[in-house]
Amino acid sequence: MKLSATLFIAVRALLRNKMRSILTMLGIIIGVGAVIAMVGIGNGAKARVEAQIATLGKNMILIFAGSSTSSGAKGGLGAAGTMKIPDAFSILREVPGVTMVSPEVRAGAQVAAGNQNWSTLVLGESEDYFEMRQWDIVDGAAFSDQDVRSANKVAVIGSTVAHQIYGDNDPVGQIIRVRNIPFVITGLLKPKGNSLGGADQDDVLIIPYTTAMKRLTGATILRGINAQAADDADITLLQEQISALLRQRHNIQPGHEDDFTVRSQQDIAEMATAQSRTMMYLLIAVAIVSLVVGGIGIMNIMLVSVTERTREIGIRMAVGAHGWDILLQFLIEAVTLSSIGGLVGIGIGFGTTQIISRMAGWPTNVPPVYVIGSFAFSAAVGVFFGLYPAKKAAALDPIDALRYE
Amino acid sequence: MHPVILLDSVSKIYRSGDVEVHAVRNVSLQVQPGEFIAIMGSSGSGKSTMMNTLGCLDRPTLGRYLLDGVDISGLDRDQLADLRNQKIGFIFQGFNLLSRTTALENVELPMMYGKHRLSAKEQRERALWALDLVGLSKRTDHTPNQLSGGQQQRVAIARSLVNNPALLLADEPTGNLDSRTSVEIMDAFQTLNDKGITIAMVTHEPDIARYTKRNVVMRDGVIVSDILVADRSNAKNEMRRLDEEQRAAKLVK
Repeated sequence: MKLSATLFIAVRALLRNKMRSILTMLGIIIGVGAVIAMVGIGNGAKARVEAQIATLGKNMILIFAGSSTSSGAKGGLGAAGTMKIPDAFSILREVPGVTMVSPEVRAGAQVAAGNQNWSTLVLGESEDYFEMRQWDIVDGAAFSDQDVRSANKVAVIGSTVAHQIYGDNDPVGQIIRVRNIPFVITGLLKPKGNSLGGADQDDVLIIPYTTAMKRLTGATILRGINAQAADDADITLLQEQISALLRQRHNIQPGHEDDFTVRSQQDIAEMATAQSRTMMYLLIAVAIVSLVVGGIGIMNIMLVSVTERTREIGIRMAVGAHGWDILLQFLIEAVTLSSIGGLVGIGIGFGTTQIISRMAGWPTNVPPVYVIGSFAFSAAVGVFFGLYPAKKAAALDPIDALRYE
Repeated sequence: MHPVILLDSVSKIYRSGDVEVHAVRNVSLQVQPGEFIAIMGSSGSGKSTMMNTLGCLDRPTLGRYLLDGVDISGLDRDQLADLRNQKIGFIFQGFNLLSRTTALENVELPMMYGKHRLSAKEQRERALWALDLVGLSKRTDHTPNQLSGGQQQRVAIARSLVNNPALLLADEPTGNLDSRTSVEIMDAFQTLNDKGITIAMVTHEPDIARYTKRNVVMRDGVIVSDILVADRSNAKNEMRRLDEEQRAAKLVK
């Protein structure tokens, strides 16, 4: 018998019991839909995370004062109070492969100009910070190494702060008061968008770290050090060397924990994706369970179908159908059922992805391999669970089948 | 010319547990091309087993069966299926048409399983030819539930003819039909037989058997009589007579 004719018979048999066919497909639809939606959303989230990681800069190594592994009531990252300016420059000097460093000081501060004011984050950094983070200045210029040495009251303004204080006016050259201390704005930063944690990275005012220590924090403690590795450097090795250097400088005995934390951009990216990966595995498990349950549903309905159509099988055998023809007919019916379920599931998965990504504002991306893969898997489910009922049909005795009431 | 049916000392023994049931005992029978025979007998006489054996749905336990010169004893399931497809046209008591499938598609069914593939167009043409032969060329798109019992049985006859079989095998073809329709079906068989088609029919109704040319009576698994029908009924005459009776009955009213 021709395959096209068999397919036609299968489709018609399914159309005769539309409701039943749809309900049977549901398991596959949900399973495949879950896979596609999960992949689409997962990839979208991953792409977003990657974009955010990229906003950190290039080959960045972040050194925080304080230990990430310590438990109990410590002050958290940046609070250890042991990180000093010479630490930063010894890293630059003594660890080959580190090309730039920027000691970092942070303070929350009220900033004001004219009758506008805004509460923002003030970062004290070195003049290299902008290059390290690949943060372009769209108007004006960054402060200079001279400004850092002299602890000048100059600032580079983030786009959010600029907008809040100056609206659409040009902020460069204006005076902005930070905790009532006047600073001259030398440059306006290009917007970077949200950070991984969801904070607005453009809600910032960047000043020389020397100025920040002298005018704002009044202390010589750093919150951390930003370091940049050379393109060809082994980041993991650099991290180890930085750790060893800082342990030595801070006189930490073997067996005692670090009073600092060294993280590369890569580490941060991995931490961020680890969570979504766990979620992804969970969803894959749900999808597989759903597909198996869907397959059992198909098997069940095919067994019912074989029983219902025993007489039809008898007629077909009487007029010359081989066991193989009957087997193929029911197998194709099962595969058609599961494949259509797979196609509908792919459609629904895409739809869900679109809706969620639009709501969350994520990019979405479902690689074709997942689409093809989930379709192939749903077809395979049809073959696997359709085989037993089909074999049962093919093994019927024509005499008994013809007499079946 | 070899006989269409050649049964040579055929026995069929069923085993249910320790009990052996001899459904057919040492039966020999020959049917020549162009014959029209009725196999008769009460229930339990072995005629159903005979039917299954003749139809190659079942193989004899002992003895040889040659259908149109082919010995079926060495054939496997699929080979038997091919043989049924090529050499036998089945007509059943319960019509056994595929439900919710048009008359045309029902008639095309045997060609779909044929060894020699015909194109869709050829299949359709052959099916239309067969339906025309049984006078149903205007009902090709009707499904069985839109057809009367007699029409359904004629679709079944068309289906049985479509592969040009050596033998039409009818199992109680009039069992589900009223007497007038039964005569119509017998007319169809007589017309086909007149064209040279060999027909074997199982029935328990002597009236129906009288439309055939030869009656074989079975009892307890053996053939107890095998006679040629002397005063054979003519279905066309019978229909005319029935119509006249009906008209007469109307006049009386």
